[in-house]
Amino acid sequence: MLEISDLWVEVAGKLVLKGVNLRIEYGEVHVLLGPNGSGKTTLINAIIGDPRFKIIRGSIRFKGVDITNMPIHERVRLGIGIGFQIPPKIMGVKLRDLLREISLRFGGKSNFEELAKSLNMYEFLDREVNVGFSGGELKRCEVLQVLVQSPDLAIFDEPDSGVDVENLSLLAKVINDFCGLSDKPIMRRRSALIITHLGYILNYIKADRAHVMVDGVIVCSGRPDEIVENVKKHGFEGCVRCLRERVNG
Amino acid sequence: MSEGKGKWIEEVRERAKKSIDKSPVLGLDLDISKFKFASKYSGSISRDLEEKASEVGVDISGRGRAGSYLQVDSSILMESSFHEGVEVLPIFKALELYDWISDYYWKALDVDIDKFTAITELKCSGGVFIRVKSGVKVELPVQACFYLKSSGLSQNVHNIVIVEEGAELNILTGCASPRISEALHIGVSEFYVKRGGKLTYTMIHSWSESVDVRPRTGVLLEDDASFTSVYVNVNPARTIQMMPIVHLNGESSRSSLVSIVVASDSSVIDVGGEAHLNGSGSKAEIISKVIAKDDANVVSRGVIVGKGCNCRGHLECRGMLLSSKAVIRAIPQLDARNASAILSHEAAIGRFSEDEIYYLMSRGFSEEEAVSIIVRGFMDIGPVNLPPLLSRYVGWILDNVSKKF
Repeated sequence: MLEISDLWVEVAGKLVLKGVNLRIEYGEVHVLLGPNGSGKTTLINAIIGDPRFKIIRGSIRFKGVDITNMPIHERVRLGIGIGFQIPPKIMGVKLRDLLREISLRFGGKSNFEELAKSLNMYEFLDREVNVGFSGGELKRCEVLQVLVQSPDLAIFDEPDSGVDVENLSLLAKVINDFCGLSDKPIMRRRSALIITHLGYILNYIKADRAHVMVDGVIVCSGRPDEIVENVKKHGFEGCVRCLRERVNG
Repeated sequence: MSEGKGKWIEEVRERAKKSIDKSPVLGLDLDISKFKFASKYSGSISRDLEEKASEVGVDISGRGRAGSYLQVDSSILMESSFHEGVEVLPIFKALELYDWISDYYWKALDVDIDKFTAITELKCSGGVFIRVKSGVKVELPVQACFYLKSSGLSQNVHNIVIVEEGAELNILTGCASPRISEALHIGVSEFYVKRGGKLTYTMIHSWSESVDVRPRTGVLLEDDASFTSVYVNVNPARTIQMMPIVHLNGESSRSSLVSIVVASDSSVIDVGGEAHLNGSGSKAEIISKVIAKDDANVVSRGVIVGKGCNCRGHLECRGMLLSSKAVIRAIPQLDARNASAILSHEAAIGRFSEDEIYYLMSRGFSEEEAVSIIVRGFMDIGPVNLPPLLSRYVGWILDNVSKKF
């Protein structure tokens, strides 16, 4: 579904991603771990096509289409949805109106009021988008908007940071249902990439694969439980050491 | 005309004559001698006129309205009330009919403010008198349309609106002009809201590039009276300068002035509002939202003077600058003269951020759609005190305007 090859990305003149390779198949849920500043958010901004993140080498293919140079909204209409870590406020625009417009653009099939109820966001429908929202409310609102888009690939940037346990289990449940993680693998049609700083969300979501990003490259990929175990034991420095040993050995 | 009447009106005219050359305090001064002051429109209500009127919310059929007034240049084409207790008359007729009009004629604002008020008295080309009788509450709006059709004309109208005790009235005014060369519209409006009365005034302006516009408005509020004004300007004009003044003389009187100005092309616009909180417990808010594009130049003003005990006033000036050649200047002014007055203001001018644009694009909107959504959000005025019909109408106008960005 998503195939990133040798991706090099520059932000404000600074090289942040230095040859990222990542492949997400249909029906797979991946998590991306890594320390602050390692390039996780840059990677998803490059996937979505924010022009401030300049791709200087490599390619991104989505559902077989090369989207490396496609404008943001066209990628999104192909079926990529992103829940941002820190979304901006949209003054004067009611969440209800925004969701209605989003829903219209994606076939008008999703019942955003029901989805809002499932995320405890129903009372926020008549509020201005992201204005005066708490941390947990912002995350729920992001997930809600992505759900209304009903994308084939959902990307969530740190849905578990600054969120209390109740919110986290709710978000995880919704993401689980959305990805069909309790269905038979063959029934799953959606894919997801979840960015997580320390992997808390893995206590609630059974991901298929985990990756660790350090200094602009994916240094390790594998089973989520093993990777989280190692990160917990040795920290991300452990990953760096492990990489160095592998390169030198 | 009775003898007494002749006398007071002569005095008013004398004052006007003395200030015929008086330059305005704000806005560009204009040479008014180049204009003619009357132009008779002899045509009927054409399809074209009907369309223009509907652009500013005026339904010629009068359906869903409590009264109608339509003036083209200096000709009055419609003057009717469809509701008991509501009077809609040409100002000249009201002057003939009512001796007591002297209590309302140039009483909410002075005739000698500047050359524009003076010329309106001396060369008046019409205007509407609207009165709603005591206790009569009307939800459907009375509509008034001023259409400026002839080049070289100065359309000087004098309007008087009286809301008697406990009465409620909603007025929708649309002012428009087609593409003409050089013309001036001066609209003098006096609003009187008596004890417990309620008036909302929605005004839509849709001028063209070579028209100068100089409204002059005064509002007098008695005890517990309330006045809400919503002003929307959607098209370019050569210059617009207006600064309605609300005198909240009554105890617990309330006023809310909201203006939404879209300034495009090389329009020079100076708009604002002024509230004098004289009555104890009186409350006023002035909210202005300005969007400037192309090489438009806008001054957005707000003045609140707090004199009454426990009066409250809030000013909000917001500007969105969409072109590096455009200018917006916000000048909020608070003037507290009573220790118990609480006055506040916020002013902010800026462009929307790239973050907002990319955020909305990541929800599937094109860049143009994202800008429209942000502009529409910026212009949103939140819950205002308008009846649902007018509130929806203003919303619809703003929806349409925001799609043009």
